[in-house]
Amino acid sequence: MSSSPLNDLDKRIDVMRENMDFLTQSTPWAKALGFKIDHIEKGRVRGHQPYGEHLIGDPRTGVVHGGVITTFLDQLCGGACAATLPEFRFVATLDLRIDYMGPAEPNRDILGEAECYHLTKTVAFVRAYAFHETREDLIATAQAAFAINKPRQAVGHKRPDA
Amino acid sequence: MNPVERLTKMLADVPVVDTLGMQCQVRGDEMTSVLPFHDKLIGNATIQALHGGAIATFLELSAMAQLYLEAEISEPPRTINITMDYLRQGHAKDLYARATITKLGRRMASVQAEAWQDKRSEPVASILAHFKITRGDTEPSGET
Repeated sequence: MSSSPLNDLDKRIDVMRENMDFLTQSTPWAKALGFKIDHIEKGRVRGHQPYGEHLIGDPRTGVVHGGVITTFLDQLCGGACAATLPEFRFVATLDLRIDYMGPAEPNRDILGEAECYHLTKTVAFVRAYAFHETREDLIATAQAAFAINKPRQAVGHKRPDA
Repeated sequence: MNPVERLTKMLADVPVVDTLGMQCQVRGDEMTSVLPFHDKLIGNATIQALHGGAIATFLELSAMAQLYLEAEISEPPRTINITMDYLRQGHAKDLYARATITKLGRRMASVQAEAWQDKRSEPVASILAHFKITRGDTEPSGET
């Protein structure tokens, strides 16, 4: 397992960059909402959520529902973990806190950025931002903790000694 | 409009409710919201788990729905913040939720909501959400 390129962070980031469309296209709920990942670097992931009428939460104003932004930032946070962990691991959201600074404007892309700023053996700490054009124009901020799962062979149900 | 009519109108008018496929069942003074399973709600195809964002959207809408039932609001609630706890994996099956308004002020409301699948005693996720509300019975329109 240690020989897998996914266990080398720089190589994993290369693989993620080559498969950016796959990261969202292979996730049905991400595909349903329509957001994309655009940029991956060590510890940091960026993407954009295009405006869509099927995402509207307030029909009087055309503003997208907060849950769309939550999904977008949650996914970027998970990506930031994958672009930070020294070895390949699956991560699961433990908790996520989201604050809404102001409504997203209709007919504009929502940009997002997540950064994984600290790791322990079992937890990854991530913060994320949703904004229009620049981070000065904030829509929402998120703070999340992700559980870092043990390697799959150690938690699988097919251990020969089990 | 009575509260159930207000809620029914909201569910019909808000596009993301249809995108998600969520429904609300009101029995007496209790509401259970239901998210029938659909392939599009999956977040991890390998382990067939519901996307945390789909669960979050469902819980946020459930909390809003409870406000429509109880709070005499004249405008859609605006979310201030949400704290979301992911407690168990959401499996590829129907998800249910109940919401409780813990504090109903004139301009702010605090709502808890919890989602489960097989057993209500084994919740999949829970939220604590704060909303800015405009109550039709207490405030003239346009005032914040």
